[in-house]
Amino acid sequence: MSTAIDIRSVVKRYGTATALHGVSLSIADNEFFTLLGPSGCGKTTLLRCIAGFEDVTEGEIALFGQNIAGLDPNHRPVNTVFQQYALFPHMTVLDNVAFGLKMKGVPLSDRTARAGKMLEMVHLSAFADRLPAQLSGGQQQRVALARALAPEPKVLLLDEPLSALDLKLRQAMRVELKTLQEQTGITFIFVTHDQEEALTMSDRIAVMSQGRVQQIGTARDIYEAPVNRFVADFIGETNLIEVTVDRIEGETARVTLPGGHAITCPAAATTPGKHHLSIRPERLSLATTGDLTATVERVVYLGTDLQLLTRLPTGEEFHIRLQNSARTEIPAPGTTVALHLEEGAARLLAD
Amino acid sequence: MAGITPTPQGNGSGYRGIVGPLLIPTWAVIGIFLVLPVLLMAVYSFLTKEFRGGVVWDFTLAAYDQFFLNRGLFGDEPPVIEWTYITIFSRSIWQAAVATLICLIVGFPTAWFIATRPPQTRAIWLFLVTIPYWVNLLIRTVSLKFLIRENGPLNESLMSIGLITDPLPLVNTNLAVQLGLFYSYLPFMVLPIYAAVERYNFALSEAAADLYASRWVTLREIVLPVVKPGIIAGCILVFVPSLGAFLAPDLLGGAKTFMIGSLIDEQFRGSQGNWPFGAAAAMILMTLVLIVLTIYARAQARGEAK
Ligand SMILES: Nc1ncnc2c1ncn2[C@@H]1O[C@H](COP(=O)(O)OP(=O)(O)OP(=O)(O)O)[C@@H](O)[C@H]1O
Ligand SMILES: [Mg+2]
Repeated sequence: MSTAIDIRSVVKRYGTATALHGVSLSIADNEFFTLLGPSGCGKTTLLRCIAGFEDVTEGEIALFGQNIAGLDPNHRPVNTVFQQYALFPHMTVLDNVAFGLKMKGVPLSDRTARAGKMLEMVHLSAFADRLPAQLSGGQQQRVALARALAPEPKVLLLDEPLSALDLKLRQAMRVELKTLQEQTGITFIFVTHDQEEALTMSDRIAVMSQGRVQQIGTARDIYEAPVNRFVADFIGETNLIEVTVDRIEGETARVTLPGGHAITCPAAATTPGKHHLSIRPERLSLATTGDLTATVERVVYLGTDLQLLTRLPTGEEFHIRLQNSARTEIPAPGTTVALHLEEGAARLLAD
Repeated sequence: MAGITPTPQGNGSGYRGIVGPLLIPTWAVIGIFLVLPVLLMAVYSFLTKEFRGGVVWDFTLAAYDQFFLNRGLFGDEPPVIEWTYITIFSRSIWQAAVATLICLIVGFPTAWFIATRPPQTRAIWLFLVTIPYWVNLLIRTVSLKFLIRENGPLNESLMSIGLITDPLPLVNTNLAVQLGLFYSYLPFMVLPIYAAVERYNFALSEAAADLYASRWVTLREIVLPVVKPGIIAGCILVFVPSLGAFLAPDLLGGAKTFMIGSLIDEQFRGSQGNWPFGAAAAMILMTLVLIVLTIYARAQARGEAK
């Protein structure tokens, strides 16, 4: 598969503030690639560099092998769904959606038909003649999506395109977007800070923090094999406990848990000494004798799950999730339970 | 029950009941300074001229008749259309339109420039634009005349650098009047456009560029339509006073550039004046302006409804 976008050590500075510290990414053609990270980590900035609204301070960006440094935004085969929509206030919804086609010189009847189809896709056909100000936030967001998709760009940049939608619509749009991306073969670079969105839609995810890419990988890689504390903590729920690595034998490390029990887990480029271990709360089960013991403090009923808030003998908080089945015995607060770590539940983190 | 629960309409009328008296000062100001003068002028335009200026309270259409029709020297010939005043009016409209266009061409980039400066420095630029307006219009117009007269600084310096050999005859020309109008009313163009551009969301330009629009197309299809209300406001604010201006035409123009403002001004001076005729000319001018504005408002409303 060919490479759609190649980002090489891109640095972006605004005066003295650095928004991107040497970001390198390679995105394949027809990939659904997600940039995931907390607010202010540089996601929008990276998109703006790709779209051409910002010049990169250092590094370069290549689009299908061609360096696009000097190319103005209107000459880049890239469309953007803006975080703040940026709909043209004086044009109807239909004219907004047809604008890109008009600029590409598509004849009126053609572009009206294609824009109409796009509006159908985002369920806004009934609103074609309205002005953007007469729409709700979620409707405006869908117009922005339709407008960016209409000219069928090679790469579509989506800056939190579903953030203003309610849950039901968001879930429906996720499926539609994913289907659309597969059908059209457009490369999607999708920005979100919603990890569920990232995990369910993406082929690959880049987790960003403070202007740096922390980890790139599939949803599974990132969830199951986080490389550092930031990723482990940011993606899903996790327990980070301090452990001692006793020795390393090839790819495996022997680790002593709080309480003295020893286990083995992948070494993940660590050296003997103090390290953090990530244990997902759902990868544990109650047992008669286990790897860890903990005191139950509270039981939270979540419907499909039960969440146990417990404390380790070291004083650290420890969360456990149990499936809520008829057989589940719910331990009472105050009791001490033994916990069994499932195979591969524990991940040593490099930092 | 219905009497206990206040309906929304009930609330609304109660609210209006409180606001009503508060609006009295506003209505009084509008009445005294806007409606009354116009009514007075309308009434005067139908009165009879008195010999040494002033009016006699005899209602007649004589002023309007004099404006539009020519009945010969002694008023006994069959009426033909009188072109003198219509010509003055057309020329004034033309002059005002050109002045507006020049103000727009210069004012738009100026306003754009100011609105795109960092917020801290915008106030300084705006202040610079308005500085000349701290000086009386009459003095500024006379100064302008001084600057462009035959042996004034402009001609002298142009000759000293050898660009011209003979002084340019600028005073008493259309060009000088245009220059005067431009100089008088430029800020009225700059300020409303500035306000519109300042509110303009530059992400729209990015969105247009993202959708393959060039800079020029973005300006035409996105920027201008969005800031149009500011442009229209600026044009009205320049066109209307230019149409009635008399200082610039009087001081900088010659006989050939005689304009409405001067015509009306003359009617109210000394014993040579003709108050009803001046009032009638003013009424006709106002009607013209109102027609233009109404057409514009209609077009705007239709555009919005679409
Ligand atoms: N024009 C600018 N001038 C100065 N600093 C900027 C500018 N634009 C962005 N930044 C800074 O760069 C950093 C990254 O901003 P960016 O908008 O890319 O964040 P983001 O990841 O998109 O966040 P969010 O999820 O809130 O949209 C922030 O610290 C921000 O303050
Ligand atoms: Mg952002």
